[in-house]
Parts: sequence; C-alpha cells; structure tokens
Amino acid sequence: MATTVMLLDAPFVPGRFVEPFTADHPGLGGVCTFVGEVRGDTGVEALELLHYAPLTLPGMEQLAAAAAERFDLMGLLVIHRVGVMQPGEPIVLVSACARHRRGAIDAVDYCMDHLKSNSWFWKREQRGDGWHWIEPRDQDHADLARWQV
Amino acid sequence: MAVTLVFIGKLADLAGEGERQVPGPLHWADLPSLLDADLAAAVAGERTRVAVNGELLADKTALAAQDGDEVAFLPPVSGG
Repeated sequence: MATTVMLLDAPFVPGRFVEPFTADHPGLGGVCTFVGEVRGDTGVEALELLHYAPLTLPGMEQLAAAAAERFDLMGLLVIHRVGVMQPGEPIVLVSACARHRRGAIDAVDYCMDHLKSNSWFWKREQRGDGWHWIEPRDQDHADLARWQV
Repeated sequence: MAVTLVFIGKLADLAGEGERQVPGPLHWADLPSLLDADLAAAVAGERTRVAVNGELLADKTALAAQDGDEVAFLPPVSGG
C-alpha cells in the first residue's frame, strides 16, 4: 500500500492532489478526504505554522505508516502546509482510499486527530496587536485520546 | 566546528534568534552559563523537549553533544 506524505510551503489546491490520488487506485470502494482551512476567526489576520525539518516530516511519515497498519487501506495521502497563511487557505489535506468505507473514514479521522495535537508543528496567529503563539485546545487532546486503546 | 543550538517558536523569541553556535562538547549542566536566565528557565521547563540530530532525548538532562551536532529545543507543539 502506498502512502504519500508532503510538507508544502506555498498555497495548494486540494483537488489537484485528490484527483490523481484517486485515479491511482482503480478498484477502490471509497475515498474519504478531509481538507482543513485557516479559520476566519475574528481579528486573525494571518497564521504561521513552523516546523522542524528533522522531526516534522519523519513524524508525519510514521503517522501515515501507523494508519496504514491499523486500517485496511489501498492508499493514503497526507499533505500539510507550513509558512504564513491567510484565512480561507487550505492548511491540511488527508485522503484515504479503501475497498470499504470504514477504513477510509477512520484513517482520515485518526490522522487528523494526531496531526492536530501530536505532530511537530508550532502555530502563531497575527492579530492587530501582533503575533501570538497557540497551544492545542483541551478538545484536541481529548480527540487524540480516543485512539489510545 | 561547534554545536548548533536551534530554538523553535516562543523559545526563538526569547533567544532573539533561531540558531546559535556554541563550543562543544555541550552538556545539560552547561546551559545556564550559556543562555539568558529566562531562556534557560524555559528550556528547563517540564514541557520543553530536546532533540540531538533529530533524535528526541527521553531524558534531556542526559544531553551530551559534540562539535557538529545540532541540539534543538522544542516547546509544546500547537498542532497542525
């Protein structure tokens, strides 16, 4: 089973990745795709996502491998932005295809929960009074804990 | 050759720079004399992790870096 993991430092169009990814897996029963965008929260002018190259991409590759091991998939695509983003820009794309829907849906959910609070990214928001570092919400940790069985 | 210190996120704000070279070898006990007090305190904080050449240390106080190594100080992640 093929996994593709990428970090991108420029805006991307999710469909340009999902379409060829889907086409590469003839015979699939379902494809599940999640796209996260920079939320247009009041007062947020920009968001910057930092990474640390020796850890971030290897960590995402380990996550993709764990998802491939845990769920019955045909393919898995994980793309994450880094750098400065504007509200409305895609920040993350996870797409999984499988012979049956459950594996695809669960794999995307699993990857997103781990990317949100257990991956090597640091985030800050620019507001009118400058930049502010962001830490995960309690809900993100609760979401992650669902998989620790 | 030297040891490269890498400061990420809010630690880079405290350090005033993202990277710094210091002479090796470098041990955990050397840090207070090399870093400003507020940066040293943040580095020692319970939630700051340390990686040497991309390998996380299970016990950061066991830090032992040589010339040519890269030591990264990692604050709590904020997720994607």
